Amino acid sequence: MKYRALPRMHYIQYITVLLISLNLSNWGHAAELKSGYEFLTPESQAMQDDEFANPGMTAVEDGRKWFHTPGVNGQTCASCHGQDGSGLDPKRIARFPVYNEEYQKPFTLQEQINFCWEEHLDNVPFVYDCVDLVELESFVRNLARGETVAVDTGGALQPFYEMGKKIYNRRFGQINMSCSHCHERYSGQHLRGQVLSQGHSNGFPEYRLGSGKMTSLHGRLTECFKSFRAEPFERGSIEFISLELYLHARGNGLKIETPAVRY
Amino acid sequence: MTQGKQYRLAVLTTLFVILFLADVSDTQAKDTYYAWKSDNFAIQLPLNGLKGNPLRGRQIVIRQDKGTCLTCHSLPIPNESFHGTIGPPLHGIASRKSEGEIRLHVVDQQKINPQTIMPGFYKNPQELNLVLDEYFGKTMLSAQEVEDVVAYLMTLE
Repeated sequence: MKYRALPRMHYIQYITVLLISLNLSNWGHAAELKSGYEFLTPESQAMQDDEFANPGMTAVEDGRKWFHTPGVNGQTCASCHGQDGSGLDPKRIARFPVYNEEYQKPFTLQEQINFCWEEHLDNVPFVYDCVDLVELESFVRNLARGETVAVDTGGALQPFYEMGKKIYNRRFGQINMSCSHCHERYSGQHLRGQVLSQGHSNGFPEYRLGSGKMTSLHGRLTECFKSFRAEPFERGSIEFISLELYLHARGNGLKIETPAVRY
Repeated sequence: MTQGKQYRLAVLTTLFVILFLADVSDTQAKDTYYAWKSDNFAIQLPLNGLKGNPLRGRQIVIRQDKGTCLTCHSLPIPNESFHGTIGPPLHGIASRKSEGEIRLHVVDQQKINPQTIMPGFYKNPQELNLVLDEYFGKTMLSAQEVEDVVAYLMTLE
């Protein structure tokens, strides 16, 4: 006697239900990390990959000039870190933001550079996110291009990580939307003609084809906030720095692409 | 300048100021927020008793600065390219939902689904958080515009 668990007539329905549930179980979870690079057209990808075609390399070269410019006391960044930053460890660059014991808060790469700029070169510090500091940051982060993002979220950094996560999931502005709405639940979907990426931070500072300018992470966050008609936090504020920590940690495992090309 | 001329100038200036103030108070009146109540996941009565115009509603759903419904939904408007894929398509919505349900969906979908990505186009501005100055205390659409959009959506059978 043949044993039939299910009536044959309905097999097609069972398969349909199974397929739908498999599909649903994947919904809402960013199963694998995808850099914004994978949402680019092949032409834009080629532009980013080619060092001569990548417009962001101008900022990197300007940053290289700053790196070798003597400060008030005659020292340059290269005095400690070697010609062209040869003494800098790419693995350490990929770990930023790191906890700073003295200031008792996370230190972004920009803050670390600015700290040296003032402390070891005797210069007047830059304003956070100003063009020159973003160029320096682009140069330094470019040294770690291809390195895997590996941000620590435990220990003293944990409360800041949690704060960043809270901001990421909080609704803001007249549009009353959170970052996670677009970049976690609906990434890959179309917002009119634009495809929503997963919103990773591994390419910053990045060159934007839309504006034709280098954009820092805090600059991009400011744009995001204004697009949902919310009052942005200050650039370099503890809120944005915590959000930066969360964003980098969220992309742990991706490769650094600075200077990335994006829309 | 004679005294008579000065007097005339003062009168004219005062008149201008009065006119200008009247103009400002008029636009404020247009943006007034009328409280609404939802009942059984619907707002049965039109906001402030206004009557919507479906043709104007069709313009609003396309306009980037207004409804921008097309940003997330696809609609039976084939001459517009790149309809969004975030929300469900709205073809035939009037045969699936009542007018009151559609109104609450447009006004404040978060009252139906607290997790939704959809903005509330006539959400109580006091329930919002960290709003940019120029939009503070305002709704995304005016009550009339909401009614226009509802009237348009009711034509999609």
